[in-house]
This record gives sequence, C-alpha cells and structure tokens, in this order.
Amino acid sequence: MSELIEALTDPAFPFLRNAVFMGLLASAAFGVLGTFVVARRITYMADAMAHCVLGGIGAAVLLRYNYGFSWLHPLWGAWIAALTAALCIGVVSFVVHEREDTVISLVWVAGVALGLLFLERAHPPPGEPAVEPLSYLFGDILLITRDDLRLVALLDLVVLVLAAAFYNKLAAVCFDEEFAALRGIPSRAYFLLLLCLTALTIVLLVRVVGILLVVALMTLPAALAGRIARHLWQMMLLAAVFCAVLVSGGVLASYHLETRTGPTVVLLAVAAYGTAAAVGAANRRFRPPRGDGVAR
Amino acid sequence: MSDRIEPFAGVVGASSSDAADAGGVQPLVEFDRVWFGYDDRPVLEDVCLRIMPRQLVCVIGPNGGGKTTLVRLLLGLLQPQRGQVRVLGGPAQAASRAIGYMPQHVRFDPLFPISALEVALMGRLGHGGWRNRFGWYSREDRRKARDALAAVGMSGQAEEPFASLSGGQRQRVLIARALCCEPQLLVLDEPTANVDSMMESQLFATLRALNDRMAVVVVSHDLGFVSNLAERVICVNRRVVEHRSGPLNDEAVQAMYGSPMRVVDHCRAVSHEGCRHE
Repeated sequence: MSELIEALTDPAFPFLRNAVFMGLLASAAFGVLGTFVVARRITYMADAMAHCVLGGIGAAVLLRYNYGFSWLHPLWGAWIAALTAALCIGVVSFVVHEREDTVISLVWVAGVALGLLFLERAHPPPGEPAVEPLSYLFGDILLITRDDLRLVALLDLVVLVLAAAFYNKLAAVCFDEEFAALRGIPSRAYFLLLLCLTALTIVLLVRVVGILLVVALMTLPAALAGRIARHLWQMMLLAAVFCAVLVSGGVLASYHLETRTGPTVVLLAVAAYGTAAAVGAANRRFRPPRGDGVAR
Repeated sequence: MSDRIEPFAGVVGASSSDAADAGGVQPLVEFDRVWFGYDDRPVLEDVCLRIMPRQLVCVIGPNGGGKTTLVRLLLGLLQPQRGQVRVLGGPAQAASRAIGYMPQHVRFDPLFPISALEVALMGRLGHGGWRNRFGWYSREDRRKARDALAAVGMSGQAEEPFASLSGGQRQRVLIARALCCEPQLLVLDEPTANVDSMMESQLFATLRALNDRMAVVVVSHDLGFVSNLAERVICVNRRVVEHRSGPLNDEAVQAMYGSPMRVVDHCRAVSHEGCRHE
C-alpha cells in the first residue's frame, strides 16, 4: 500500500497520478450518462460511437503528419468523429425503424476500417513517435496530459448542469419517448443531446481504457448501480461512485501487477458485475418468493 | 340490425349528437374523410368521426383493423394521407397536451429505476410556467399525482418501483399518469388487457366517474366490457362504422368482424355480479 502511495506522489510518475485523477473526474460524467445509456438500452449505440472515434483519430493523425496540419490534435478528430457518429446514429434510429441495429453496426465498422487505413498511411516526421493503433484501441495512460484533466473537469460541469436542469424531462424521454413527445417535450432533440454528450464523454476515457473497452466502463458501473437503485438519480450517484472505485482500483492494480491498464480496469469491472449478479441470483434462489400471488 | 350498424357515408354521430351540435358546441375531435395506409397497404379509408365533449366512446374492431392507427392519428403521432384530423378545432399535433393517453404497451427497460409516483408525475410535464421550462415538479404537481394514483386505487404503491408492479397495477399507474395531464379527452388503449374481472368493474366505475369531467375514448377488444360501458361504440375495420349503444348481438358482431364470433353478452339490465350468458 505504501508503495502505491509513493508511486502516486512520486513526481517521476506523473502518468499514474494523472490516470487516477482522470478516472475520478470522468466518473461523474460516466455515472450520469452511463445511467441514461443503460436505462434507455442504447449500449450498442454508445459502442458504435466509441469505435467511430478511431476513424476520427486516424484522420487527424494523417492530416497532422502527412499534410502539415500540425495544430490538429488527435483529440479534435476523435470528438468530431464521435459527434458525427452520434448524429448519424440518432437520425438512423428516427428514420429506419426495422433493422436499426444493422445500420448502426455499419457505422461502427466503417469508423474502425477508416481509422485503421488512415493510421497505416500516416508517417510521423522524424523525431515524433511512431503511430501505434494499439494504444488507441486499448488505451495508454502515458498519453494523458494535464490539459486532458482540465477538459474532463469542464465536460463534467456541462454534463452535471444539463442533467440536473433537465432531469425530469430526460428521465421521461428515456422511460417513454412517445408520451414525453405528447407532453410537448421535443423527445428527439433530447435524445440527440444525450447521444452527443455520451459521445463527448466516451472520447475522454478512450485515453485510459481504449476504444474497444471504454463502453464497458460506462455501462458496467451503471448496470451494477441499477441492481440496487430505486430511482434514476440514485443510479447515477452509485454508478459514479462505482466507476471511480473501479477506475482508480484498476489503474493501481495494473501498476502493481505490471499489466496493461485498460484491460485490467475492465476486467475488474466485469468481476464486480459478475459477483453482484451471482449474489443476486443466489439471493433469489434461496429466498422464498414474495407471496402476493401476482404473476410477474 | 340495419338501424344499429350503418356503413358510414356521412359523419358518424351526426344524428346522435346533432342536438349538441345545433347548440354550437364545438366537437372535441373531428375526423374529416381521413385516409391512412402504411406503404401500399390501406389501413383506414374515408373515416369521418366526431367526438363531442364528455362523450364516452368505445373503439372496437379486429386485430389489424386500424384501431391503434386511429388513436395515433387522433394524438397527432401520425399524419393522415388524405383528409383532416382536428382536435379542439385545430390540428391534432397542436392539441396533444389536452389529451391524456394511456398506451397499450410501454417498452420500458424492466430494470428502469422509477417509482409509481414518478411515472404518474410525468403527466405533469408540459403544463406551462417557468418550472416547466426545465420540467421541475412543484408541490402542487406531487399532490395531483398522488390524487391521480388514489383515483385508480394505487395510493398504497406510490413509492414502489414501477417494474415490481403486476401488469394490471402498471396499467393503473399509466392511467393515473394520463389523468395527471388534466386532459379534456382521456384515451385508453386496451385498459382491460391485464386486468381481472374485479378490477375491470372497478375500472368501469372509475371511467364512468371521470366521464363527468372529460370525454373518454376506450380502445378495447373486450366486447363485454364495451357493451356495458359505452355510450357510443365505434367499430374500426378499415372503414369506421358506428354502433349506437345497446347490447351487442351476434349479428352485429359478425357484421363488423366479418366472421361469426362467440359473444358473451353482459346484459345491461343485470348487475355486474351476475351476468347472463347467451
């Protein structure tokens, strides 16, 4: 333990501290949006957006290295791609009623394929590190900077203010979109807002756990919280706490075990969810059913 | 029989509500020669229909006959391909807030963490005022939601998770949510689908009481329930035909469904406890 505290405070290892801070800060936005994503059952949409991020990063890296756009940070590419994917997916879900999942998986693979082609073509000038697609797919905490932390804090503020201000409307849209629309709430606009916020948030933790695993970190804590929570706001609060514990625990465990951070964090989350599910199942099995005679 | 069911050429209800009409009462809902179809398949043809304030109307018809489409047109969720739907004298879309709607199904996540009271409160959204810009509920809103739950006999379950309620209880909460809208028109899609016979007669009494304050449209496949409740029965099977109140008989049902069906006739003259089966 003292070894971990030393590692966290050691100025020679800023990346470890940054990763833990990143996880703690991002967990607020992840808890809130993960709850919406899980309750609205759009995990696969979130996953598709996360995968599209690779296309954006690839395009940005290509433009930066091969075409002289030196100001173009890969993060901007990631955000543009994620937002584009969010809008595409949202519109697809409004227009295509049957086989919506097929179209969404199309967006998903197009993003990944473009990203890999772009990254392959990108040639960093001498002195710059080589392009490493794996670091985007699985995350690399060495990439996190102090600027990233500031961005996460800013995004937290936006997400929390919007979620608090429009809580009831967002809850109504997630629960029953049609009824919300009949009450004069622009359901589709709110749904697109949720998708866009989710896209922006996903991009931030791609640094830590990577494109392939980031959605697990958004949905598993929320799913875990959903097993206990009785109200949506409770679920958000618990999801944020679980997310914070899982990310910081996973980062520290990966340092200790000398494993890659992303997979370690996600496996920890999977283990937590698996345990909760098993305990829940055992409880139901060994407890007499509630005897009100009503079929459920 | 021919005087009970008439293929409908003009305005359904014209004769029955002429008196009210003559008094200058504006119809709540008016379908004027409405046509609607999905792709190439016609669903509703040349529908004319009027619902006056405080009427209690039942909509019946076979599966796929267009009942739900009719309701969705009324709510402004669908646009007619030909003809006009007017609610409160304006286009249906503009009037959706005046309607309290209970859908047949809500496709909600079974683990969605929300209490019965919170579901009912959703009916308070869209009622104007600065709070409503954000969708915040006032103390008044909460009181009204509790009153609505009481009206459907769900006061005791207000704090229960919605997902843990039985099908019939959920349906009652959704009716409470529709009541919370303080509507001029209550539209219930299959309110008896998950409800046992005791609850059905309670629901029946509730709807009657509500009908003093607002018009009620009930979509139902439950002919017994309908023939007890209805002041007007509207049969939807591509075309809309009105069957004025009175017990349904085999001939009438066959005429609207197009095939012989078994009908259990809950006779009006008999109390709800005992009904005569024919």
